[in-house]
Amino acid sequence: MTEQNILAFLPVLPSGELVGSAAELLGAAALIGTPVGVLVTAPGKAQRAAESAGHYGATAVFVVEDDTVSSTLTAPAADALVTAGRAVGAEAVLIPDDVDGRDIAARLSVRTQSAIATDVVGVHRDDEGVVAHHSVYGSMFTTESAPTHGSLIITLREGSVENRAPGVDPKIRRLDLGELPSQSAAIIEFSPSAEASTRPDLRGADTVVAGGRGLGSVEGFALAEELADALGAGLGASRAAVDAGYAPNSLQVGQTGVTVSPELYIALGISGAVQHQAGMQTAKTVIAINKDPEAPIFDIADLGIVGDVFEVVPQLIETLKAKSS
Amino acid sequence: MKIAVLVKEVPDSYGERRLSLTTGLADRSASDPVLDEITSRAVEAAVSYAESSEDVEVALVTMGPESAEAMLRKTLAMGADSAHHVIDPELAGSDMTLSAEVLAAVLQRIECDLIIAGDVSSDGSGGVIPTMIAERMGIAHATSLDTLEITESTVTGQRATYGGTVTVQAQLPAVVSLTERHPGPRFPGFKGIMAAKKKPLETYALADLGIDPAADVPRSIMLAVSESPPRSAGEKIVDEGDAGTKLADYLIEKKLV
Ligand SMILES: Cc1cc2nc3c(=O)[nH]c(=O)nc-3n(C[C@H](O)[C@H](O)[C@H](O)COP(=O)(O)OP(=O)(O)OC[C@H]3O[C@@H](n4cnc5c(N)ncnc54)[C@H](O)[C@@H]3O)c2cc1C
Repeated sequence: MTEQNILAFLPVLPSGELVGSAAELLGAAALIGTPVGVLVTAPGKAQRAAESAGHYGATAVFVVEDDTVSSTLTAPAADALVTAGRAVGAEAVLIPDDVDGRDIAARLSVRTQSAIATDVVGVHRDDEGVVAHHSVYGSMFTTESAPTHGSLIITLREGSVENRAPGVDPKIRRLDLGELPSQSAAIIEFSPSAEASTRPDLRGADTVVAGGRGLGSVEGFALAEELADALGAGLGASRAAVDAGYAPNSLQVGQTGVTVSPELYIALGISGAVQHQAGMQTAKTVIAINKDPEAPIFDIADLGIVGDVFEVVPQLIETLKAKSS
Repeated sequence: MKIAVLVKEVPDSYGERRLSLTTGLADRSASDPVLDEITSRAVEAAVSYAESSEDVEVALVTMGPESAEAMLRKTLAMGADSAHHVIDPELAGSDMTLSAEVLAAVLQRIECDLIIAGDVSSDGSGGVIPTMIAERMGIAHATSLDTLEITESTVTGQRATYGGTVTVQAQLPAVVSLTERHPGPRFPGFKGIMAAKKKPLETYALADLGIDPAADVPRSIMLAVSESPPRSAGEKIVDEGDAGTKLADYLIEKKLV
């Protein structure tokens, strides 16, 4: 039997820390073969990330440390994956389904003439190889796809695979980049996000509190934040709330935002448009608070409260505080 | 400068969207096709740049069934100059590899300096086609831009990355894609609608582009499709001054806190 090597592209923060999705990417790789990590960082930044990759199950880690990583868009990562893929004969490559990941996957798929599966929510192996699972039209349909032949490039939706691989002591292999294509876009400035939030990440959180246009203002939206913190929950928002500037883009839940499936989803002042439902209707329990008894969010809520969020939520927080002390 | 905008017809997300459980393809009878909202933002960006600059021509490019022609006429009314439509029965259910090959082939033909697309389509949620096209054409990509500045020789914009935001810049020719943070489309006026009827709309079959859909290259194929059970409504209570307390009790009882 040949070794079934699965590459996982593991993004690294400028600080040298692995991005949170690493454990999931390696856990997914372990479901279908032997996880091999690939890291691409600025010079001197890979060591700690490579060790953590082993902790999350990478049996080997390919490491590229190169100046171009902070100045050239996509090309260094795509090049590293082409080389690493050839070196181990990768049967599949797992890449996060996000802004950077989609570009890397796209370039890699065309360059290596490999089939591509995007926004994948699960993987398994059958007699003929790797199979990718997809969730379509806001989780209303589930499909499975596979390549006719060759390896498969996969972009994995964060927060969809629960499997985690046992930690190992990884073999670290350094790679040099080849000559990068001259027509790549340049990265001319990086601005770090304002202080990293201490809340659990929206995509992996067990509980999500989401606020909508009904919160009325930035100050009003703080009520959603307060409830999220009281419950130790991740924070989400409707598109209307993002458009109104109450919350950053990255918190948008829905068809064109993040898809979440937490144990508990609490919607505050969200009408529940079909495009919002598309991103949260697989939550185990949905609770909605809305003034409008006809709001469509009530059609999918396990418990719906017809009321004013500014009355119901403070009382909820007070009661929970009182009961926990 | 010539700008090509990739536009796409998709099932209306306000309607019922269905996959056929026998073929796994979109069930076109389930809901009306509409211009994907994100691609309408791309058209708006191109048309408003054309208005503010000299000698800018905007061409719409799509791949889709017959119904896409009406969508193209409507979109031309927003102020684009011409439209290019790849239509071929062999394209039903095409994978992304084939779609990118087809779109890159038309774009090569129409010789444009800048290609603008939406970041992720609302039906396929792939988000890889623009960059796949860039790789095929050997040009730069700058995708998922929240802001866009076009000059005669460059495009610049901001996008999300791990731990922050980056400003990226590409020399033309290049492919860019835009996020929802860009303004929505204008309403075409009566003049625009009348003018659109006379604008050139060219159609292409795969053979015209020299593409063989049966070529022996790796493709992604669908193996299975199933429908998830719909969610139903639970209990609904009206707040009588104690709903916050009731909700706290509910959460505690269900062990959700
Ligand atoms: C292509 C496309 C993609 C889209 N993608 C997304 C997406 O990813 N995510 C998304 O969310 N939307 C998306 N939308 C937009 C969607 O259609 C809705 O416009 C949006 O979800 C509405 O947000 P909302 O519920 O916050 O606002 P509204 O619909 O305005 O609802 C506000 C609600 O707050 C209630 N309310 C007001 N005051 C109070 C109060 N004091 N107490 C309690 N309730 C109160 C009102 O009764 C109302 O129901 C998309 C639309 C399109 C066309």
